[in-house]
Amino acid sequence: MNIYVLVKRTFDTEEKIVVSGGKIQEDGAEFIINPYDEYAIEEAIQKRDALGGKVTVVTIGGEDAEKQLRTALAMGADEAVLINTEDDLDELDQYSSAYILAEYLKDKEVDLILAGNVAIDGGSGQVGPRLADLLGINYVTTITSLEIDGTNVKIVRDIEGDSEVLETTLPLLVTAQQGLNEPRYPSLPGIMKAKKKPLEELELDDLDIDEDDVEVKVETVEIYLPPQKAAGRVLDGELQAQVKELVNLLHTEAKVI
Amino acid sequence: MTNIIKGGSFLVEEVDINRVITPEDFTDEQKMIAKTTEEYVANEVLPVVENLENHEFEHSVRLLKTAGELGLLAADVPEEYEGLELDKISSALIAEKMSVAGGFSITHGAHVGIGSLPIVLFGNHEQKSKYLPKLASGELIAAYALTEPGSGSDALGAKTTAKLNAAGTHYVLNGEKQWITNAGFADVFVVYAKIDGDKFSAFIVERSYPGVSVGPEEKKMGIKSSSTRTLILEDAEVPVENLLGEVGRGHIIAFNILNIGRYKLGVGTVGGSKRAFELAVQYANQRKQFNTPISSFNLTKEKLATMASHIYASESLNYRTVGYFEDRLSQLSAEEQKDGKAIAGAVAEYAIECSIAKVFGSETLDYVADEAVQLHGGYGFMAEYEVERIYRDSRINRIFEGTNEINRMIVPGTFMKKALKGELPLLQVAQNLQSELLMMMPEEVGDEPLAQELYLVKNAKKIAVLAAGAAAQRFGVKLEAEQEVLVNIANIANQLYAMESAVIRTQKAIERDGAEKAAQKLLYTQIFCQEAFAEIEKEAKDTLLASVEGDAGRMTLSALRKLTRNNPYNLITKKREAADKLIEAEKYIV
Repeated sequence: MNIYVLVKRTFDTEEKIVVSGGKIQEDGAEFIINPYDEYAIEEAIQKRDALGGKVTVVTIGGEDAEKQLRTALAMGADEAVLINTEDDLDELDQYSSAYILAEYLKDKEVDLILAGNVAIDGGSGQVGPRLADLLGINYVTTITSLEIDGTNVKIVRDIEGDSEVLETTLPLLVTAQQGLNEPRYPSLPGIMKAKKKPLEELELDDLDIDEDDVEVKVETVEIYLPPQKAAGRVLDGELQAQVKELVNLLHTEAKVI
Repeated sequence: MTNIIKGGSFLVEEVDINRVITPEDFTDEQKMIAKTTEEYVANEVLPVVENLENHEFEHSVRLLKTAGELGLLAADVPEEYEGLELDKISSALIAEKMSVAGGFSITHGAHVGIGSLPIVLFGNHEQKSKYLPKLASGELIAAYALTEPGSGSDALGAKTTAKLNAAGTHYVLNGEKQWITNAGFADVFVVYAKIDGDKFSAFIVERSYPGVSVGPEEKKMGIKSSSTRTLILEDAEVPVENLLGEVGRGHIIAFNILNIGRYKLGVGTVGGSKRAFELAVQYANQRKQFNTPISSFNLTKEKLATMASHIYASESLNYRTVGYFEDRLSQLSAEEQKDGKAIAGAVAEYAIECSIAKVFGSETLDYVADEAVQLHGGYGFMAEYEVERIYRDSRINRIFEGTNEINRMIVPGTFMKKALKGELPLLQVAQNLQSELLMMMPEEVGDEPLAQELYLVKNAKKIAVLAAGAAAQRFGVKLEAEQEVLVNIANIANQLYAMESAVIRTQKAIERDGAEKAAQKLLYTQIFCQEAFAEIEKEAKDTLLASVEGDAGRMTLSALRKLTRNNPYNLITKKREAADKLIEAEKYIV
C-alpha cells in the first residue's frame, strides 16, 4: 500500500502571535508539525504496520521544514519529500499548494493520501479536498475512524459533534480529525534511524511547474489579532430581572440579537 | 593525535571557545531527543505525580518500562548490549528534561546513572551481556548502594563485609546500606563491601539472592515520588562472577561514578530551575495586587532578572562540562571506549568541573526555587501549588552525590594536586603574575559588547591564582586543615567557571547571530558577571587576610585592589530590561 501524508510546518500552539508591519513575526518562534497532520501521520504508520507498504510524508515550504519532516520520519514514516519553493515563490495559498501537490502526485501510484483536517495557522481545510479533485479521487474530511479491507474502506467522520458512517473505496484522500488516534512521539531509536532515511528535495523546476501556474489567487487584505477578551460579568438580582437584563445586553451591547 | 582540554585549566589558562559546547550548538537530533523526553514527562509522568508522591510505586515501575520503550533508559548503554550509545549531550538533555518530573527524575537518574553505569563502565563482557540489555529496556531496574548509617561523606569507611565461602562459589555479604534510591522495586543493586574487612570492592547483587531484603520506606522532606529504603544484607550470597571490577579497587568505581553522578545532577538542576522560573513568572503575570499584575513591580523584575541570569550561567557551565566529556570520550579509540579504566581516566580528568557543576547547579536551583515560592506569596506555601513541591524537592541536591561542602573541598584540593604533578602550570602563572602586579597599570576597557566581562574574567583568573598561591605559600601541606580558606578558593573557582562559561556562550552567540539577536544573553552575562565578580573579590580578600600578614599582607591586598578595579554598570536598568522580555515570554528565554 502506497500511503502519502501531507504535512505542514506551523507555529507552535504555545507561541504568542506577534503582528507587526502587517505580518506575523516568525523571528525566534518555535515551529511544529501541524497537530492535525500528526493524526494523519500516526494513522498512516498504523495502517502500514497492519497492511504493509510505505509511508511518504510530503511538505511544501523552505529549508526549515526539513525539521518537521525528520520528526515524521522519526515517528516512523519511511520517506520524506520537501518541495522547496523558498527561492521561487513568495506566497502560497490553497490553490497553489494543491496544484503543486497534484503535479507531484499525478504520476505516482497512490492508494491513500492522509492530511490534517485543517492547519492551525491558515485554517482553510481546503488543500486536501482540492488535491483530491485535481487527482480525480474520492475524499472524506474530518474522519475519526478508518478501516481498510482490500480496497473497501469504512470511515466514521465527525459532523459537528455527531458521527456519520460511510463506505468507499481506494484510492482515497482523507483528512484527520482529533480523536482518530493518539499520535506517538518519536522514540530515541526512531530519531537515530530517521537521519538515515531518504529525504528528497524538489523544486518547482523538477516538477515542470511554471511560476505563473501557481500564482496565488487569495489576496491578504489585512492581518490583525483578535480583540482582547474582556472580563466576564455576573448578573445578580431576581431571576426574571436577570433574564431581562441579559436579553437587553445581548441586544444593545453585544449586538448579537 | 589527541588534544585534551585539561581539567581545571580554566583557572590558569585561556580556553579555545570553539571547543566549548553551548546550548546553541545542539543539533536538531539532540533537540528532538529533548522534546521526546519533555513529551514523555508531560503525557506519562505528570498525570500521575500525585500517585507517585503517595508512594504508589507500581507507577514508577510501569513508567520506567514506558521510558525503556522510548529509548530513554538506553542513552549510555553501548549498542553492543542493545543500547543506543548516544553522545553525552543527548544523555544530559534527557536528564535535564526529566527533572521537571520531580522525584521521578531521581528514580530515572538512579537507574540510568549510578545504577547502570558501574556495569556499563566496569563490568566484564559476561556481566554486560547479562544485565545491560534488560537495564536498557526497563525489564530490570537498578539501584546503587554505597552509603551506610555510619559512612556518608566518608564512603570508604563502609562497614559492610564480604567473605568468600568455603566452596569458593559465593561472596557472603553482611551489612546495611542506607537511603538507597529505587530500593522499593529495584532488581539489581551495585553494592560496595570490604572483602575480608579491608578490600573495598563492588558487587552486582540481585534482589532475589538469599539474604537480601529491604527496610521500610523512608519518610522524606522531598522527592517523595522516589523510593528510598535500607538495603539489608544478612549472609547474602553473591556469586563470585558478580564481583564488579577488581578486588580492592572498588574506590575507583565509586569515585568515578560519583563524578558522573555530579555532572548529571548538575544538568538536572538546570531543568528544575527553568521549571521553577516558569511557574514564578506565570504567576507574577496572573496575580494582581493593587489592581496591578505583580510582574509590573520593579522589585519583581529585579528578582526575575537575577534568577534568569543565574540560570543562564548554570546552564552554560553545565553544558560546557558535558561538552568536555563528549570531547574527551570521542577522542578515545574504539579499544579504549570499551576499557573502563580509560573511561574512568577521562571522567576523573574533570573532577573539578563536575564538583562545580554540582554545587553551582544545586545552589542555583535552591535559590530560584526559593524566590519562586516568594513570588507566589502565601500560595507558594500551599501544597496544591507545584512550586511548593519544587522547593522541597530541591533541597536534597545540596546534600547527595557528595555534600556541597565536600564538593567545595574537592575543587582546590584537586587543583593543588594537579599543579604539584605539573599538569597545570600554577607555579609559572603565579610567578608571571608577581612581576606583572609590580608594574600593573590601570587598563582601558572598551565599550564593545562583552569588553567589560572579558576583562572581569581575565582578572578573576589572576585573582584566583593570587589567592590560591598565597594560601599555598602560607599553609603548604597543612592547607587541607584550613577548610574555611579552601571554601573561599572554591567559591572563587565556582564563580569564575560560571562567569567564563556565560561569557563564552554569549561570545559565540554574538559571533554567529550578531549582538542584536544576542541582546538577552548579553544582559544576563553583564548582570551575572558583575555580581559574581563582587563575590570573587570578597572571597579573595578573606583568603588573603587569612594567608598573608604584615607588610606583605598590605601589599597583596593592594594587588587585589588593582585587580578588582573596574567600572560597574547600573544593574537596575539592565535587570529591568532583561525582566521585560521574560515577563512577555512567560518563561526562561535566552
